[in-house]
Amino acid sequence: MQANSHHYIQMKLSQLSPGQRATIVSFTDLDMSVKLMEMGCLPGEEVEVERFAPMGCPIAIRVAGYQLCLRKSEASIIIIEQ
Amino acid sequence: MAGNIKIALVGNPNTGKSTLFNLLTGLNQKIGNFPGITVDKKLGYCKLPGGRQAEITDLPGTYSLYPKSKDERIVLQVLADSNNPSRPDIVVVVADATNLRRNLLLYTQVADLGIPTILALNMTDMAKKEGIDINIHKLSERLGVQVVPISARSNTGINLLKQAIDNTTSIATQAEGADLHLMAPEAIEAARELLKTNNNYLALQMLHQHEPLNIFSSGEHAALEQIKKTHHFESSKLQAAETIARYRYLGTVLSGVIEDTGAVRKFVISDKLDAVLTNRFWGFLIFIAILFFVFNSIFSWSTYPMDMIEYAFVWLTEYGHQHLPDGLLTNLLLDGVLAGLGGVVIFIPQIAILFAFISILEDTGYMARVTFMMDKVMRKFGMSGKSVVPMIGSLACAVPSIMSARNIESWKDRIITIMVAPLVSCSARLPVYTLLISLVVPQKMLWGFINLQGLTLMGMYVISILAAVFVAFIMKFIIKAKEKSYFIMELPVYRMPRWTNVLYTMYEKSKTFVFEAGKVIIAISIVLWVLATYGPSERFEAIDKKYAAIEAKKDSSQVSTLERDKAAERLENSYAGILGHVIEPAIRPLGFDWKIGIALITSFAAREAFVGTMATIYSVDNDGEVATIRNKMKGARNPDTGLPVFTFATAFSLMLFYAFAMQCMSTVAVVFRETKSWKWPVIQLVYMTGMAYVASLIAYQLLK
Repeated sequence: MQANSHHYIQMKLSQLSPGQRATIVSFTDLDMSVKLMEMGCLPGEEVEVERFAPMGCPIAIRVAGYQLCLRKSEASIIIIEQ
Repeated sequence: MAGNIKIALVGNPNTGKSTLFNLLTGLNQKIGNFPGITVDKKLGYCKLPGGRQAEITDLPGTYSLYPKSKDERIVLQVLADSNNPSRPDIVVVVADATNLRRNLLLYTQVADLGIPTILALNMTDMAKKEGIDINIHKLSERLGVQVVPISARSNTGINLLKQAIDNTTSIATQAEGADLHLMAPEAIEAARELLKTNNNYLALQMLHQHEPLNIFSSGEHAALEQIKKTHHFESSKLQAAETIARYRYLGTVLSGVIEDTGAVRKFVISDKLDAVLTNRFWGFLIFIAILFFVFNSIFSWSTYPMDMIEYAFVWLTEYGHQHLPDGLLTNLLLDGVLAGLGGVVIFIPQIAILFAFISILEDTGYMARVTFMMDKVMRKFGMSGKSVVPMIGSLACAVPSIMSARNIESWKDRIITIMVAPLVSCSARLPVYTLLISLVVPQKMLWGFINLQGLTLMGMYVISILAAVFVAFIMKFIIKAKEKSYFIMELPVYRMPRWTNVLYTMYEKSKTFVFEAGKVIIAISIVLWVLATYGPSERFEAIDKKYAAIEAKKDSSQVSTLERDKAAERLENSYAGILGHVIEPAIRPLGFDWKIGIALITSFAAREAFVGTMATIYSVDNDGEVATIRNKMKGARNPDTGLPVFTFATAFSLMLFYAFAMQCMSTVAVVFRETKSWKWPVIQLVYMTGMAYVASLIAYQLLK
């Protein structure tokens, strides 16, 4: 975690708890980012973590007007800021 | 465009594409194959208002032309190859009006391929309810194509869509969906020249994805690779740039076209349902309750229709024997072909019921939640959340379950699921278990309330599930993944199931099974019939002579028992009987004699043949009850030692053999059909039979 010049906190999407919102900033894995962007997870888009699966993974998020679920490993490549 | 035209339906998953397909074509559809690809092609026909006939192909749902699974790859393969006989004259892109922007990404990709395109905006009624207002005229003007608002669910706008198809010219009119010349312009130019196309996007797509598409010669593949090298073509980076460019374009297109006033309201019900249905405690409990209901229904609802089918075939066989001239051809037709056909048709009730439930669970959106909840557990065993349904369904019958594994996107997860599903004890093992348990396990109560026989039966089911999980775990390390496995999946909002879709699914899956797997099953059952009916002629002549002599001396009342003895003796001396003797040395360590050997051979096509074969071998009347067979088997002695044949060790060893061995031609046929190669069914046959042998060997040697 690090604070940038705008005093926003940047972290991974996988670090959020249910109910928290954030904005997508960038991705750390190019191949995975292609798939995520196709599904509407674009930089600048707002996401909200809706819930975790009963065993903690995968997670369900609200993005681009619908509900998407993805594994924690996939969520961890999404850099967000709050 | 005169005469018939070809139309392809393209769209995201969960957009109601299949409902639209069913509406357009009615029952006038068939399953075919795409040339050179191992995926089913759904084809249907529809009459257009202008009098022309349209051939409609339902392409697999996908979010993008860059595929995540094998099924999704078909879309590009069909649209990109101008020599592909399935290549459409017109593409109808079906988009969900309640989530237009994401749905239009695929539209812009398809439109850029330069095929005349129509945009069908589905669920417009739902969008209106949710406060989304779409200016159709403005959207159509900006995209440059006809935009038709429809609602497949309430059957509105379908005639408008047909009219729009009729109005479509053979010249594509759509606006370009992204500034493609900015992306790798030199590489695109070179690829265009090589492929002799004037379409920029087609050239770009082929640079990205020529490799898995089998539409190029090896020279062309090499040339495309060379172009990529020369121009430093970075596939993933360009894909990312393309997606961003398309979304930017869509932002411009949709500004002023779409007005969303009720964004918050629309998920309230779904969220409330999710809070319960995916809850840590209630989620699993409800899931187990639903599973129990499904499993129970497959068993109980199918009993009556299955009995009917069985009676119908018995009646047909008897009627045939009475009214057709006696002879080889009649016997082949009735005892070989008809019996084989009966063995196929008998599965229809269970297939139809399982797929009715699967279709309802999928349509409502619940299946996506099951996948969501179970993914972590299943992943530990080399499968995915989507493997749950096929595994559970296998408790009834592996055949429909393996067919249902098709919606597992990851190739490796799907293969492992298919490979272990038949280990789960299906309903065909039940008569074998019941007979053997009643033979060797006393009808006693444990602590006054647990039925010992029932406990043993449950034990067999538990063993089978443990075996499936164990094998899956091993295969996880052996089978190499062909592609990266993603779990980026839409959780659709909960909706009511569409009952017509449920009926279509039941019909379609049953039909596919009968026509595809049926061929193999009938062929094998004819072979088995020949083996069990014929033997070396000198032996059969000797039997005939012997019984003719006895018959002449006895009165007519005993003829029926004589007939049974004769049938038993004929079976013993048939090729199957001889084979039983041949394999006896191999199966003796498992505690089996040659009579059980015959049953193993006749069970090769279907394990339920065990009971019938036992009845014939021990000369029980055809309509003899299980109790009679049991008594005969109980009395059976080993001619050498004088000890009973069916000891606890033998019976348990035999049950384990039936639990693990691949004795189901329908499953072999369906695995071949689903994997489109003999490799997997052969591996499955070998590993399961090997496992059965070893398990029985260990069990018998320890228990005897």
